[in-house]
Order: sequence, then structure tokens, then C-alpha cells
Amino acid sequence: MSSENPKVPSSTVFSPQLAARLDALVEQYPVKRSALIPMLLYAQDEVGCLSAPVVSEVARRIGISEMDVRNVASYYSMLRFKPAGKYKIQVCTNICCMLRGGYDIYERFREELGVDPKGVTADGLFSLEEVECIGACSWAPAIQVNYDFHDELTPESIPGILDSYREKAKADGGSNA
Amino acid sequence: MPRLVSHPDEVKIVSRRFGLGAKEIDRYIELGGYQSAKKCLDQGSDWIINEIKASNLRGRGGAGFPTGMKWSFVPKQSAKPKYVLVNGDESEPGTCKDHLIFLHDPHSVIEGTIIAGLAIGAKLGFIYLRGEYRYLLEIVERAVADAYARGFLGKNIFGSETEFNIITQTGAGAYEVGEESALMESLEGKRGIPRIKPPFPAVVGLYGGPTVINNAETIATVPHVIAMGAAEYAAVGTPRNGGTRLFCLSGHVERPGVYELPMGYNLKRIVYDVGGGVRDGRQLKAVVPGGSSTPVLLPNEIENLGMDFDQVGKAGSMLGSGGVVVIDDQTCMVEFALRTMSFYQHESCGWCIPCREGTDWLKKSLTRFHAGFGAAKDIDNIQYLAENMLGRTFCPLGDAAAMPTIAFVKKFRNEFEDHLHGKPCPYSRQGAPQLTVV
Repeated sequence: MSSENPKVPSSTVFSPQLAARLDALVEQYPVKRSALIPMLLYAQDEVGCLSAPVVSEVARRIGISEMDVRNVASYYSMLRFKPAGKYKIQVCTNICCMLRGGYDIYERFREELGVDPKGVTADGLFSLEEVECIGACSWAPAIQVNYDFHDELTPESIPGILDSYREKAKADGGSNA
Repeated sequence: MPRLVSHPDEVKIVSRRFGLGAKEIDRYIELGGYQSAKKCLDQGSDWIINEIKASNLRGRGGAGFPTGMKWSFVPKQSAKPKYVLVNGDESEPGTCKDHLIFLHDPHSVIEGTIIAGLAIGAKLGFIYLRGEYRYLLEIVERAVADAYARGFLGKNIFGSETEFNIITQTGAGAYEVGEESALMESLEGKRGIPRIKPPFPAVVGLYGGPTVINNAETIATVPHVIAMGAAEYAAVGTPRNGGTRLFCLSGHVERPGVYELPMGYNLKRIVYDVGGGVRDGRQLKAVVPGGSSTPVLLPNEIENLGMDFDQVGKAGSMLGSGGVVVIDDQTCMVEFALRTMSFYQHESCGWCIPCREGTDWLKKSLTRFHAGFGAAKDIDNIQYLAENMLGRTFCPLGDAAAMPTIAFVKKFRNEFEDHLHGKPCPYSRQGAPQLTVV
């Protein structure tokens, strides 16, 4: 459990911006623990996964044990303990997307990227995952790349989508890759 | 970007500001926004609840519980603070209506939350969005900040002595959290497992306080009910089913999209007139009327079916969350049943055994069946397993998995039989799911 010491050394796990955001987050609820799930997700967005230092830091900030944090985190499908690609391709294959060719989209990504389910490309740029309904049923088949939606897809549209993210990565100058 | 559609039969109430830039607060106000909240502030709690009761507004999340009645269950006096909880954890396969509400009209959700707060005497509301809806969360967060800046939220809303605050919250991927008590667990920073009921949330909810929890579409409808007047709103729909509904049309249809139609609108017309019929000139095989957990209907069952909670219930299915999934004659219903069950098996939280084990066994049975290794007795076993899950779980997820499965077996038994004795799937097509035999 975290100590009661009010002057805990400031975190080096998160950027100053994220640390400030998380400071504000815990303050807004009637109960501090309500910040846990958003905190884990925002931390993961920056760090890439819930690494041991992230779990430890979140536990300290909420005032609960690391095991408690892991117990909660393991429930939610978006939270992960291992890194994924810089761009996480999540292909919906649930019923509405399936009816309109969701599996064809998924197979095309597998071909283009040459990765297995939940695999990461050698350059670390992309990871591929089949996901459940993402709430774009009327615009199926749909995918999410990180938090961006792409809908009404055809297999032919896949290479263009991948290229757009490759260019985005170049524009980022390889930082945070 | 989700494409907006329209059809002459639509009655645009909840969707009337879609595509008009109403996520900007000035535009929302220009289009009549926040007038309803101001009116409710003047009229008070009893008036609001009576108005919502008279409107025959029923919960848009799927169960169709009368909203005004739900609000009236919250005790007037409470030692613990009361809360309003907006369920935007939209995850029922086939459903994408809240997506559009958050995208095009976030202030209607905020205004509806304020009104619900005034009705039950709460000072704090939460708007919970599924984790995948990050871009929508950012839109809602900005809308909330704008509403604070105008004094519509905060210590003295609209210059009154009344306080009301809103906190936005993200989930992190879990269908089960769409269940009301699991959502409260999640909002308290825990695993999203359901609570045993009673006590119901209206008495013991979030942080142990009385809580009203409503679907985002229900909440977004509330300001419109107040603006139109309860009687006028109720008159749009059918008896006991007030107003309109956002129907999310998907699957093998020419013009998929989210259409707002009056309650009671004919399902056959939704498929053929509104949706333009089955795509590529194929024939209709089946329709899932209200999201993946609602029992499938055959073409002859939709002929005279009015889409309201009571009529669809009488037809042996449910109006559910408004996800109308159209299935053509070249679809394998065993595969469809399997994909549906794979979803529930993945999403079962594991808290109660009939659901955790039932969904797993059903997925295994259906996988084996679809791969051509089923035995004749498996058909009855699938039905038997599903029937034994019904009503035996803490939350409706077990029922949501069992109900459609029973209907698939009952209505498409011939297709199950077609898969017997190692026969290849008669509907197998390119890109069919990669299934491992278990």
C-alpha cells in the first residue's frame, strides 16, 4: 500500500502533462477510486501498455494495492499488459460487419501485414486484432485504428489506409514509435 | 465518418439537430437548446416526472421500462447523495445510435441529464461512454466545459440557487458494463460484474446512493419531450409507446443507416421502403429486430409487425436497442448463430456459472456443428443448454445469449441438419471465419 507521506517524489513514469491530468482526474469524483479505469486507459495511451511501473504508479495515485489494479485491469479488453503496435488495427467481425465482409477485411490486413492475430509487425508500426462490435453497425464493415474509425470499407481500401498511417508515422519523425 | 441518411417517413425528433453543427453550444441554443432545462427548473420535480410519465417514453437501452416511472421510484428524501447516470456504453451488436447522438448533439444529452437531475433531486450526473468512443468522449467533454462556461452547469445553474454538475467517464472495453449495475461497479473503479437485485439502483445505486440510470438516447429524448409537450410526443407513437425510435439498420440492406421512425412503424417497411430492400437483388431470409440478443424473425413474421415494445414482444422477440439486422438468403444461420455466441462467450463476465459455462459450451457446440462434426442430438443439446440459462443469471447477459440461440435452432433447424454428417457448409463463402474444431 502507498505511504501516507504527502511529499511523494514526483512521477517519472508519466509526462508532466499526463501527470497533471491524472492529478485533476482523482480530484473530481466523490470517491477517488472512480478514477482508476480512465487513469489506466490514459496512462496506457501514453506509455503503450500497463507496464509494471505504470501499475505501480497508478496504485500509488489511487491508494490501492498493485494486485487490486491488476485485478481490475485484467477485466477490460482495451487494457493490456504487453505493448502493441504504434497503430493498433482493430477489425470488427461481429454480425453486422461479418454480413458485409468484415472477415474479408480482416484477411486482407493479415495478408498486407503478414502478422498473426494479435501480432505486431517487425517495425513495431502495426498490430492487428479482431474485435467485437465497435458501434459502427450501420456503416459496416468498420475498423478502428487506435481511436480513429474507418467505415464502409472494401478490401481494396486497405493498402491506402495502411499507407496513410505509414506517412503519419514518418511525419511524427519516428518519435514514440 | 458515419454517413447520415434520411427518408421521407422519418419523424425527426431526437435526430432533428443531426448534421446542423449543434455540438457548438451557440448553435445548439439557436436551435432551441437549453430552453427545456430552464422550463424544468421553474416547474419543479413533480411536474417533470408527471410530464415524462404522460409522454409514454420508455427506456431506449433495450428493456423499454417507462422512464417517468423509473424516476418516480427514487426516494424524495435520502441521507446519501443521489445521482444521474447516463449509459453511453453502447455495445449491443447492431446498435450505433448513441454514436450519432454524441457526435451531432452532445448538448441534448447534457440537457437531458440536467432535467433528470432536477426530477430526482440529484446534484451530480455522470455520462459514461464506452472506451472505444474516445473521439466522441472528447466532443462530449468539450460540450460539458462549454455548458459550465455559460453557467448551465455548476453551483447556480441558469442563475438559480440549484446546483448540478456533470462528470464524463470512459470505459475500457466491456459489453457487460452496459448492464446498469455492472456500469456502477465500473464507475466505482472495479471489475464490471453485476450486482444482485433488489435493491434496485433507484434505492441503492452508485456509491450506495439512489441512482437513476438511463440510456443516452432516452436522456437525449427528454428535452424534446419537454419542448413538445408530453401529449404531443406520446401521440407520435402507439399506446404505451411514446414518440420515435432511432432504428440502426444494418446488414444486407441497400441503404443501411440510422433512421428515426415513429414507434409502431412496420418492420417490413423498414427493410423494404426505408432500407431499399435486400441488396444485390437477393431474397430476405431473416431479420434481427433489436440488436444481437433479440430472437430472429422470419420474413412472414415481419409482414404486419409494428415496431414497438409490446408488438415485438407479442411476436416472440424484443424491440431491444433498435438494431435492425437484415440477413439475406445466402447467409449461413449456423455461422450467424456461432458468431453471435462467440460474442457472448467473449463478453460473459464469468460471475455466474450458467452464463460463463453456458456460453462456452454453446460456442463449442456451434463451432463443432459449423465445421461439420455435429451429431443430430447436438441440435437438441444446444436448445437444452440455452433454455437452462434463461432466468438463471444475475444479469440479462445470460438471457441475451440464450434467447437468440433458441430462436436460431427453432426457426432454422433445417440449416442445422444440413451441417450434419461432415457435410460442408452449404453457404460457405470466401472469407468465412477461420474456425478451429474443438
